[in-house]
Amino acid sequence: MKPTAQQKFGWSGAFAVIIVVSLVPVFWLIMLSLKTPASATDGAFIPHHWTLSNYHDIFSAGLFTSALRNSIGIALISTALAVVIASSAAYAIARLDFPGKRAILAVALGVTMFPQISLVGPLYNLWRQIGLFDTWPGLIIPYLTFALPLSIYTLSAFFREIPWELEQAAEVDGATPFQAFMKIIAPLATPGLVTTFIIVFLLCWNDFIFAISLTSSNAAQTVPAALAQFPGASQFTQPIGDIAAAAVVVTIPVMIIVILFQRRIVSGLTAGAVKG
Amino acid sequence: MADIALEHITKKYGDGFEAVKDLNLDISDGEFMILVGPSGCGKSTALRMVAGLEDITGGELKIGGEVMNDRAPKDRDIAMVFQNYALYPHMTVRENMGFALKLAGAPKQEINDKVTEAARILDLQQHLDRKPANLSGGQRQRVAMGRAIVRNPKAFLMDEPLSNLDAKLRVQMRTEIARIQQRFETTTIYVTHDQTEALTLGDRIAVMRAGVLQQVGAPGELYAHPDNLFVAGFIGSPSMNFLPGEIDGDTLKLPLGDVQMPGSVRQRLSSGPGGGRNGVIVGMRPEDFEDAQLVPDRGRGITFTTNIDVLESMGSEFYVYFNVGTEKVASRELEELANDAGAAELPTQEGSQVTARLEAASRVRQGQDAELWFNAEHIHLFDPENGKTLLGGDGHVDEAPSSPPQGLAGSDDT
Ligand SMILES: Nc1ncnc2c1ncn2[C@@H]1O[C@H](COP(=O)(O)OP(=O)(O)OP(=O)(O)O)[C@@H](O)[C@H]1O
Ligand SMILES: [Mg+2]
Repeated sequence: MKPTAQQKFGWSGAFAVIIVVSLVPVFWLIMLSLKTPASATDGAFIPHHWTLSNYHDIFSAGLFTSALRNSIGIALISTALAVVIASSAAYAIARLDFPGKRAILAVALGVTMFPQISLVGPLYNLWRQIGLFDTWPGLIIPYLTFALPLSIYTLSAFFREIPWELEQAAEVDGATPFQAFMKIIAPLATPGLVTTFIIVFLLCWNDFIFAISLTSSNAAQTVPAALAQFPGASQFTQPIGDIAAAAVVVTIPVMIIVILFQRRIVSGLTAGAVKG
Repeated sequence: MADIALEHITKKYGDGFEAVKDLNLDISDGEFMILVGPSGCGKSTALRMVAGLEDITGGELKIGGEVMNDRAPKDRDIAMVFQNYALYPHMTVRENMGFALKLAGAPKQEINDKVTEAARILDLQQHLDRKPANLSGGQRQRVAMGRAIVRNPKAFLMDEPLSNLDAKLRVQMRTEIARIQQRFETTTIYVTHDQTEALTLGDRIAVMRAGVLQQVGAPGELYAHPDNLFVAGFIGSPSMNFLPGEIDGDTLKLPLGDVQMPGSVRQRLSSGPGGGRNGVIVGMRPEDFEDAQLVPDRGRGITFTTNIDVLESMGSEFYVYFNVGTEKVASRELEELANDAGAAELPTQEGSQVTARLEAASRVRQGQDAELWFNAEHIHLFDPENGKTLLGGDGHVDEAPSSPPQGLAGSDDT
């Protein structure tokens, strides 16, 4: 059934509205970051005086650059660990039949729903006692607590989609289970791995609660936490322009990752493997 | 190449379900063995145990004389064709076929030569660099075959390799598989639930039911001398008619009339296991009926008049259906068979409808009375209690089926 001209028009209209609604805040942020501190609150969409001084500010103060480094490092390490560990766990869950399999999945999903705010207090005390406060591992570990279950959950769904016969065919063809995984399953699961990677990375990248509570200096403070502590130019000016500039800067790595990997998130990679 | 021996093989699944029970099967080197049976009877389970994809609960599996129970699939040197082909979707046809050789560390040149050769045999040369997604069903099936033959393994294992193809392609690929098997002379176990495939392809057929092996034998033997009701009803298409009968001396009393049992039947009955019974189940193959007008010598059979309910013309032959005024045969075995085989195939389910195959020259008309004849030489007698045949071997198997070709090759999948 081909859409009629009217339907096409309707859909295009709907898409346009969605795009405008989601892009307005982004543009607003960009414009804000290009305003001078004095005119930041003037309410105009287009800056009267274009300036890059906000960007200059945040990069010349050490706080933001170290925060950026921490953010990238911590989010990447957490995500990589989570995806690697979760892929073997998810593979086992998808393939093996063992008692308590459903329970594990249920618990995994339950853990991701646990209110993080309730963990922060105890963790703060514990981290101070064992010396993890304000360190990279001090953030990576709590991040893993939600990154791992989430990865296991999404990945096991992806693994389940891959026909088991493919692996058995590989084994009959002479592959060890590890070879079968590396040469057959992993390539086919790439879209799943990438999707999981992006979801988990974004979660870690955007975390605020743990970051603000478990760090205190530029040793481990990530961008969301650092943003909250930007000093204004004087006691009486809000650092709105700086924050906007920083927000634009931290959005860029995320956009790069998504655009880079988007092409790999193609569905139907297993097409043609099996029929029926 | 090697022989395969299954000795008392048993499979119990984790949930306690016994899918294969004490299976004994000797498959000699180069033989084409068919595993056939209704859905869920344990054929795939048996095959997968040979492949090593399923643990063997009990018994011993030998390939080429070596016990294989605890070997990983990769160490058994067998090739398997899966029902859904299981082609590697991210690899080209060439890579799919060469995967096993590459894993085995064969030199590039050798892989290339073997893949090219296999592609030539299977007529896949033009498709070597395409991905499975871009192939037709028949081509995918051939790639799956190609993956098996490039390796020259000890055995081919095939699990319903044709069931995903349409009827025409299935017949075509069936011939292809027979040709390939003959060419390579590789021991083959072929699973199917299609009795036509079984009869046309196999050197020998093993019929299974509910995890239990029923009978093993050459297609002609299973057709002419089924061991029990199940095999009798399963092999042959359309399937055998079953009627209640009574033995009185040399006479067999049938709902169609009384018939003098020919000497050959009497002799086999006396050498059979259950002699001395009176009530029996009589099996009559549709192809052993004929329009009485077309039979010059009606001596060794029974002639009767009946009203033809339905007449189906196949061009070369007629199928006629008629009812026999009798209660349907009551047998637990037969009921199970009806359930197993799908009630539609078994006339005994709905009263005693009988199917007969007549020559196209016949003048019978639907709805009219007709005089039919049944060849009593080919009668089958079964014990109603346990479903076993009451006839012993007659010593000269070759003579027995007068018209096996029709039953064996006549009905293609439609
Ligand atoms: N993993 C399993 N756990 C428990 N029971 C199983 C398992 N796999 C198969 N079965 C049971 O074992 C029996 C035999 O299964 P199998 O797959 O061998 O049947 P089949 O003869 O190949 O049937 P089909 O013609 O439908 O493929 C079935 O009743 C099935 O329900
Ligand atoms: Mg099966």
